[in-house]
Formats: sequence, structure tokens, C-alpha cells
Amino acid sequence: MIAPLLELENVTIRFGGLVAVSEVNLRVGDGELIGLIGPNGAGKTTVFNMITGVYQPTDGKIIFGGKPTACQKPHVLTKRGMARTFQNIRLFGSMSVFDNVRAATQLHRSHGIRQALWRGRSHQTSEKEVEDRVLELLEVFSLQDYRDELAKSLPYGGQRRLEIVRAMATQPKLLLLDEPAAGMNPSEKEDLMHLIEFIRKRFGMAILLVEHDMKVVMGICERIAVLEYGRKIAEGTPKEIQCHPKVIEAYLGAAAV
Amino acid sequence: MSRIFKDPRLLLLIAIAGAVVAGLSADKMNPYYSGVVIDIGIAIILAVSLNLINGHTGQFSLGHAGFMSVGAYVSAMITLALQKSIGPAALPWAFLPALVAGGVVAALAGLLVGVPSLRLKGDYLAIVTLGFGEIIRVIFQNVEAAGAASGLSGIPRLTGLTWTFTLVAVTVYVVGCLVNSTYGRGFIAVHDDEVAASSMGLNPTRYKVTAFVIGAFFAGIAGGLFAHHKTSITPQVFDFMKSFEVVVMVILGGMGRTAGVILAAILLTLAPEFLRAVAEYRMIIYALLIIFMMIARPQGLFNFERKKKPLAH
Amino acid sequence: MNEIFQQLVNGLALGAVYALIAIGYTMVYGVLRFINFAHGDVFMLGSFTGYYIAPQIAEWFPLPGWAGWTAVMISTMIICAIIGIVIELLAYRPLRNRPRLTVLITAIGVSLLIEYTCQHKAFFGASQKAFPKLLPAGNFTMGGLSFNTTQFVVLGVTLILLAALTFIVKKTRIGMAMRAVSHNSAAASLMGISNTFIISFTFGLGSALAGAGGILYGMTYTGIEPLMGVNVGLKAFVAAVLGGIGNLPGAALGGLVLGVVETYAGGMSGISTYRDGIAFAILIIILIFKPTGLLGSKQIEKV
Repeated sequence: MIAPLLELENVTIRFGGLVAVSEVNLRVGDGELIGLIGPNGAGKTTVFNMITGVYQPTDGKIIFGGKPTACQKPHVLTKRGMARTFQNIRLFGSMSVFDNVRAATQLHRSHGIRQALWRGRSHQTSEKEVEDRVLELLEVFSLQDYRDELAKSLPYGGQRRLEIVRAMATQPKLLLLDEPAAGMNPSEKEDLMHLIEFIRKRFGMAILLVEHDMKVVMGICERIAVLEYGRKIAEGTPKEIQCHPKVIEAYLGAAAV
Repeated sequence: MSRIFKDPRLLLLIAIAGAVVAGLSADKMNPYYSGVVIDIGIAIILAVSLNLINGHTGQFSLGHAGFMSVGAYVSAMITLALQKSIGPAALPWAFLPALVAGGVVAALAGLLVGVPSLRLKGDYLAIVTLGFGEIIRVIFQNVEAAGAASGLSGIPRLTGLTWTFTLVAVTVYVVGCLVNSTYGRGFIAVHDDEVAASSMGLNPTRYKVTAFVIGAFFAGIAGGLFAHHKTSITPQVFDFMKSFEVVVMVILGGMGRTAGVILAAILLTLAPEFLRAVAEYRMIIYALLIIFMMIARPQGLFNFERKKKPLAH
Repeated sequence: MNEIFQQLVNGLALGAVYALIAIGYTMVYGVLRFINFAHGDVFMLGSFTGYYIAPQIAEWFPLPGWAGWTAVMISTMIICAIIGIVIELLAYRPLRNRPRLTVLITAIGVSLLIEYTCQHKAFFGASQKAFPKLLPAGNFTMGGLSFNTTQFVVLGVTLILLAALTFIVKKTRIGMAMRAVSHNSAAASLMGISNTFIISFTFGLGSALAGAGGILYGMTYTGIEPLMGVNVGLKAFVAAVLGGIGNLPGAALGGLVLGVVETYAGGMSGISTYRDGIAFAILIIILIFKPTGLLGSKQIEKV
């Protein structure tokens, strides 16, 4: 069997006495779209932060692309091929939409200080390539009209979209979306679902989606894992999850079962 | 900027040519005025280099005078030693190497200070850089070879308009080119949001240390120019107040805005010269200015960028 | 041997002053999360308040004398509390909810404004002034150690003030509110605690302690000048970081440790001239290796 793109083995993290995430196992294969759901405070974002290297798990192993991620900083993991968005949008506020995406293209370039100072021909061609790539991405996500606006002046939905574009600019194998639908109205959510499906079709990357909203996840994910109080209580297809008694209990309370 | 002149290298060459011409005509200039102009040049180098650290990269440093003093002492000790061995005639040839040596040692100090910046943010970093600056001062105050508390004097007067203008041009070129490139967006990304920057594959550590090293290098260059302009230096000259003066320039000009910062450096250097009467109140005015700026115009006095309204759907 | 203990007494007396100021830094950091750079200058203003009101007080109570000293102490603490509250009101309150760096820069501005205004000849002038004698001179020995009255009073007053502060913070309603605000100001305000009032109170309390520190410093070192708050203030800040910023017992402990270390270092030949650098060296080492300080607890950055 081919090793999955991302594998979590008994991942646990404690903050002081609090066990925030306990023995979670999860696999994401190439090109899969997996949902990670659970009630508020279930530890979804913490799992994300461990995968992306923001937190180090206290116990357990995370393997990405066949190699462990232990003690690697977020920027290293991004270079290895994962990119994320944030629950509470974290754009580069003082930069234009264009520059937000441009900054994220730096990691695959060999051009650094020397070329920036020397300003030779190779610098110019390289900058041109970056520009073309950024514009192409902006066009694909229909943000090209806003290229020179400040990122934080975009409407909310646009900011969410820009965050995804920015993550895409790092050319990830695995895209991690942290509650992309948070704060959206139903029609925006609808658009988002189409956007995610579109990304997958066009770029063919694996996506791990943390979401609070059941509808969004059920609509697009192939497989769903459910967290409650830091533990994985269920995993399966949307259908299986929908009638899983533990999940119904977690979401609706014991009385509903 | 780069759209008007496709190649910033051309601008740099023009500026250096201008500096040479200015140097040639300096003889006809009143020495008081040329002195003030050199002061302005040094202030610009300090402010633009600090702007890379404080403005673009957002690492609030209060230790710029410390880096400046390292450059001043190292370059002055070199030229003082050479003065004896090679004589004053050949000395101007040694000036640039001495300045660069001062800059390099200052850059090493910048590396040393940059390292704690990996773990510290905001106010803590400000205090630590302030502490580093003070430690450097205490060291110079105690080192016999650096003249201890009485400092160095009899430094050859080598700083002229040509060198000052040339180095101002180089500083502005380096900081400008660095920031205005895809690579340089990283500095601003780190400034805006470190966590997001690292999630985009940018190494915040690298950027922060780079900013400190380059900023300190040019502060060291400015220190060298300063030492060979004033001809005597003491540790006292490079105290916290000196750092603060540069910080005021950066804040007034608008953090991360090179043109505004240059303007602020010029104004703040000229103001006490023209307004002798208020020179006595200079620091009080600076302090009030800072408080006012923070409350009313934190984006800088000379930052007239139109505030963009959020777009409608 | 005796020499070493004697230095310890001197060090503790210096450390006590650091401790009193450090508490102000730590308390303000607790509720507002920023370093009140001007705090060292409030300490300086405390010394000068004592300097200027002592002759007035002497008209009612004999000075040097215990009653007069008590009056000077209390009135200075009240005046400094008012100064602290006014600084917060004018300079920091308009900046509530702005980036922390903005507030820090403002605090540096306030600090310089106070220092340079006071240095001007229309105010205190730049020259050093002799602090008036507030207490009758005296020496006594205890267990082979000799204290002078001042050292004894410095340590005694510091202990009393620390005990009073602990009582206020731990046992009173307002102290509980302070802790709540420091823990989570948004939640505290939802519980009906007025953040504005608590912040003012914190500034007042911290400034009163700094004022007391100013008097004790004047009594110990006799010479005062408008820039004295810079160095002492920075060192007190180091003490606060050393103990773990935001932690009250930590600030007291940090102050005492720093005072003792500095005094011993100052007595050693070879490094005595580096004395002023020691505090900063400690600061840098602490921040790099144990940024939470001696008694602080770890905080996790939310992403």
C-alpha cells in the first residue's frame, strides 16, 4: 500500500494539565478531500496547528510525504508542500492583494538578496515570472480587479478567497483550510463549496477542511473525521457520519439519540 | 518608482556622479553649511537603515546608536593607527576601507542583537536592543584602547560631501531595492503577520536577522562618517537619546516609508540649526511630537497615502 | 565574612527600592500588557516631591523626625498616585486598543517629556540637589551587623508596603477586580468590572509605590536629579522581567536579587566599572533563556 500524503499517529498535545487533543489518528491520501468536524473547542484548530508545525505534539507522530514533521518550523513544512488558511483571517494587512500573493511565491525561488540588489537580467525575468504567476492565480480566482487594493479593504468573502489564493501560491500538495465558511451567509457558503471543488478539480491537490458547518462538509467531503473533546469519535463517509449515533449525540445532545 | 526608471542602478550612478560634483564644488561652500549638509546625510543614512529594521520589518529597535558607535570607533581607530604608519597624504585612500570595516563590525553586533529578536517581540525587543546599546556604551567607556570615558580625539577629518552623498545614495539604493522585490516583500510580510508569513514558507528568523545585520551595517557606516566629521567622539555621544532621535525620524516620516523618513531626517537636523531659540526645548518638542503623532497620526506626518475605503460588494 | 553580610544589607536596601518600582511595571503590564516607560520618571518625581514638600511639612512637624517623615511619605505617595493617574488619562487612554508598539512609543515620549521638562531651569534644573534629612541619623547593630536607621527604614517600609499591596490584591474586592482584568479584560468587563477604573487604580497604586521608592532612594543616596529615573527605572524593569513580568512576588524577588547582585559586583574590583551593564546583561540572558522569569508562568500564543 502506498503511504498516505499525511498521517497522524496517536497525536496528543497537553497544555499544562489540559489534554487538548488526545490520540488522534488521521490519514489523508493524495488528492483526497477530507473534512474534520466537531463542536466548538473540540481541538480542530489545534490539530491544524500541530500538522503545520505551529505547536509540537506532546506525543504521537505526524508523517507528511513519508517523512516525520517533528520539530520542523511552519515555513519548512510549507516548503515541503503544505499550506494553510487561518480561522481568523491573517492577511498581510499593509500590502496590496497582488503583493500578498507575491510574497507567498518567494519560497520556490532561488532569488534572494544578491539578485534583489544587483537587479540584473535574471532578476528581471524572475520578477516577471512571479508577476505572471500571481496574475494568473488572481484571475483564476477572479480577484484581478482588486490587485492594487489593500488586502484588508477587500470585503469579507474576498479576504477569505485571497487567503486561499495566497496559500495556493505556495504550490502545496496539501491545502489546509481552517473554517473557511466562518461568518459567511448561506449564499457565500454555497460559493465557497463550489470554489473548493473547483480548486480540487483544477489543481488536484489534497484538501483537509476544518469546518464547523455540517452542511458545507457533508456536501463536498469524501471522508469526514469527527472530533469531540480532543478525541476522534467517528470517521467515515458523509452518509455514515450523518447517522452515526455518537456524532448525533455530540452535536445535538444525548436526548436526540 | 521602478516604473519611471526601469533600472534603479542608473539612478544610483546618477546620484554618485552628483555626489562627486557636489564634492568638487564644496570648496566654494561656507564650511558651516557643508557641515550641516554632512549632518543631514548622516541622519538620512541612520534613519533609512533604522527604517529597514523598525519600519519595514517591524522589529522595534532602540539600539541604533550602539551600532553607530561601533562603526565610529572601529573606523576611527583604524584611521588613527594608519595616520601614524602611512601618513596623512595616503589616508583618504584608507577611508572607505575603514568605513566598511566599521560597518562590518557593526553588522556583527547587529547579528548578535538580531538573535534575541527571534524569540522576542515588540516591547521586550525594544528593551533588549536598548540594553544592548547601553552595554556597548559601557564597554567603550571601559576599554582603554578606545580612550575609555574621554573617547577618541584627533580623528582625521576625512568625511566630505562626496563620501556622504555617495553613501546616502548607496543606503537608499540598498534598502529600496531590497524591499521592492519579491524577496523583500518578506520583510513586510514578517512585519504584518509573522505566523502567516511563516505559513507562507517565509523564514521570519532569516528576515529579521537580515534586517538587523543590514541596518546595523549602515548605522556603522554612518558612525564612521560621523567620527571623521566631528573628529572627536566619546561614548556619551551614542547614548539612548541618539537612538531615540533616529527613532523620532522614522516615526515622523512614517514607518516603512523611505521618502518620508528622508524628509523627516532633513527637517529634524535642520530645525535646531534654524531655530536656535528653540534648540533648548528640542527634546521637549521631540517628546511632545512623538506623543501627538502616536495619538493623532500614527502612520507618519508625511504619509499622505489616501485611506482606501472598504470596497462594496 | 562580616564584609559580605554588610554588602548584603546594602544590596537589599538598594533592591528594596528596585522592588517597589518593579511592582508598578509589573502591575501595569498585568492589566494593559505594555511597559510603562514613564514609570521610572514617576519615581524621580517622587524624590522631587519629597524634596519640595519637606520644608512645608517641617512647619507642622519637626524634621528630621518620625512624624514629619511619615507625613512626607504619605503626601508624596498621594501626589505620585495622582501623577500616575493623570499620565494614564492623558497619554495612554486615547490609545486603548491600539497596537502595543504605539503605546510603548508614546510611553517613551511621556518619559522624555517629563525628564526634559524637569531638567529645564524653569522646573528643577539639571543639577543635582541634596535630598533633605528626614530622619534622625543613627546606627545600631543586630547580630554583629550594623544598620543605619535609613537602611532599616527602607527595608521595613518596603516590607510593610508589600504586605499592604498583597492584602489589597488578594483580599479586597478591588484587588480581585484587578486580577480579573489582568486575566482577561474583555471577560472582566462583561462581568460588570469597569476596566477604566481598574486601570486608573492600578496606575495610582503603582505610582504611589514608586513615589515611596523615590523618598527611600533620596534618603539612602541623598543626591537627586531629573534623570535619576532613567537608570533606576530601567533596572527596576529588569527586576520585573527577572521575577516574571505580571507576577507581584516575582517583581519583589527580582528587585532584591538585582540589588544584591549589583552591590556585590560593584564591590568587586575588575568588574565594578561594568556595574551599569550588569542589569542589562541579566535582562538579555533571562529573556533569551527563560523569558517567563523566575516565577512567571508560560503563555501559549493563540493562532
